[in-house]
Amino acid sequence: MSRSSFAERHLHILFPLPALVFVAMLMVFPVLYTFFLSFTNWNLTSGLPAEFVGLRSYTRVLTEPRFLNALARTFAFTLFAVAIEGLLGVAAALILNRAFVGRSLAKLLLLLPLVATPVAVGIVFNLFFDPTIGLLNFVLQAFGLPPGLWISNAASVLPSLILVDVWQWTPMITLIVLAGLAGLSEEPVEAARIDGASEWQIIRWVTIPMVMPVILTALILRLIDALKTFDIIFAMTGGGPGYASETLNIMGYKYSFEYFRMGQSAVILVVLFVVVFGSSLGIMKLRAASEE
Amino acid sequence: MNRKILSSAIFYIAVVAIALVVLFPFLWMLSSSFKTQLDIIAWPPKILFTPTLQNYEKVFGEQDFLKYFLNSTIVGTAAVGLSLVLGLPAAYSIARFTQRKLGMFILLARLMPGISFLMPWYIVFSRLGLMDSYTALILSHILIALPIVVWIMSSYFATIPREMEESAMVDGATRQYAFWKIILPLSGPGIITATTLSFIFSWNNFMFSQVLSMEKTKTLPIAVYNFLSYAEVDWGGVMAAAVAIMAPAIVLTMVFQKYVVKGLTMGAVKG
Repeated sequence: MSRSSFAERHLHILFPLPALVFVAMLMVFPVLYTFFLSFTNWNLTSGLPAEFVGLRSYTRVLTEPRFLNALARTFAFTLFAVAIEGLLGVAAALILNRAFVGRSLAKLLLLLPLVATPVAVGIVFNLFFDPTIGLLNFVLQAFGLPPGLWISNAASVLPSLILVDVWQWTPMITLIVLAGLAGLSEEPVEAARIDGASEWQIIRWVTIPMVMPVILTALILRLIDALKTFDIIFAMTGGGPGYASETLNIMGYKYSFEYFRMGQSAVILVVLFVVVFGSSLGIMKLRAASEE
Repeated sequence: MNRKILSSAIFYIAVVAIALVVLFPFLWMLSSSFKTQLDIIAWPPKILFTPTLQNYEKVFGEQDFLKYFLNSTIVGTAAVGLSLVLGLPAAYSIARFTQRKLGMFILLARLMPGISFLMPWYIVFSRLGLMDSYTALILSHILIALPIVVWIMSSYFATIPREMEESAMVDGATRQYAFWKIILPLSGPGIITATTLSFIFSWNNFMFSQVLSMEKTKTLPIAVYNFLSYAEVDWGGVMAAAVAIMAPAIVLTMVFQKYVVKGLTMGAVKG
C-alpha cells in the first residue's frame, strides 16, 4: 500500500479535517466556554478567579427587568422588521418580475444596500433622523406634519431602527424571490390565463403559492440575522436613549466589554444563542410541515 | 391599447420609485460628503451647493484613513485566502461524499450570534497577548468567510458532473490530483462568488474588530464609528468616511454583479 492510496481512502476525512478543526477551536470550544462561564459569577475587573455559583447568574439575569425588556425588544424588532421586509420584498419582486428595459440595472441597485457597510448606513440614517438638521423632519414639516424625535426618543427609537433595517435588507428578499420566480415553469400561469383568471388572481393563487418555499427560506435567513442585529443599533443609538433600543446582542456586548461581568454576560449570550437556534429550528420544522 | 400604455406607465413609475428609495441614502451621503459643515446644517436642506473636497482631505490627511484601509484589506485578504485553503477541500468532500451533517456543522458558524464566541476569544486572546494583533483579527474573520466559502462551493462542486474526475481516476490519477487539476480549474465562477461575498462580509464586519483591534490593527468600520464619537459631529467628514468605506464593496459588486446575486440567492432558491 502506497501512501497516496491511504490519503485517497481517507479523503472524506482528510479534506474536511482542517476546516473542522478550525471551527471546533474557534466556535465549538468558545461556545462551550461561554456555557461554562454562565454558571460562574466571574467579573473580569475584580481580579478574582471565576467561582462556580450554579444557577445564580441565571436567576439574577433572567429576573432583571432590563433583561426581560431586551428579550421582548429583540423579538419585537425582529418580527416587525422581517414582516415588513417580507411584504415589501415580495411585492417588489412581483413588480420587477418581467422583462423590461433596465432590469439588470434595477437588480444592481437592489444589491447596493446589501453590500453597504451597516455601520456607515447607520451613520447616514443618523443624519436623516437628526431632529434639527435632518431631512426627515424637513419632509414632515413640508407636508405640515409635526417633526419627530426619531432615534432620540424612547417611543420612536425602535420603529426608526426598524426603518433602517427595512431599507437595508428588503432587497435581499426581493432578489431571492426574483431568483425563485425565474425558476418557475410558465405552464400553470398560462393555464390560469386561458381559464380567464385575472392578473391579481394569478398572482394570488398561482404564483405566490408556487414561490412560497423560496419566500419562507428568505424569511428564515432574514430572521436569523435580524435577531442578531448589532451594527446599526450600536452605531446609531448604542442601545439608548436609556435602554430603549437595547436588544440581547447589545446588552450582551455591554455586559462583556463595558462592565466585564463575564458570568452574567454569558447568561445573556446563552439565551441569545437559544433564541436564534430555537427560532430557526422551529421555522424550519414549520416549513417542512407546510410542504407536506 | 390605451390601457396597455397606462399599465406600462404605472409599472415604470413603480420601478423608478423603488430605485429612488434604494438609491436616495447613497446619493445624500455622496452629496453631503462634498458639503461644508455650514451647508450640511443649513435649513432647509440644500440640494444645490458649491462642492468642496475638504472632507476627503480631512479623512485621508488628518485621520490616517489610509492605514485603516490597509488594515481592512490585509485582514479581509488573509481571512478569505485562508478560508479558501480550508474551505475548498471541505466543500469538495461535502459535495462528493454527501456529508450533509458536516456542511450543516460548518454553517452553524454563520447561524450563531458572533458575540457568543467573541467574549471567550477576548479572554483567550488577552491572555495570549494577541489583542490588537493581525493574527487574532484574521482568525476571527476566517470564521466569517469560511461558512460562506463552504456553503457556496459545496453547492458549486455538486453541479460539476462526477464523470469529470472519475474518468481521470480510471486513468490512474488519484482523487486529490483530480480535485486539484480538474475540478478546481473548472470552479472559477464559484470561487469568484465565494471570494467576493466573503471579502465583502469581512470588510463590513464591525463587532469582531471593535473588540479585538485597537490603534495598530483598527479596521475601517471602527475608524468610521470612532469618527462619530467626537464631541461635535463633523457630518461632512463622517459622510466622506462613509463613502470611502462603501466604495470598494460597491465597486466589487458592480464588477462581479452576476456572481454576487448568485451567491446571495443560491441556497434559498434550491433549498
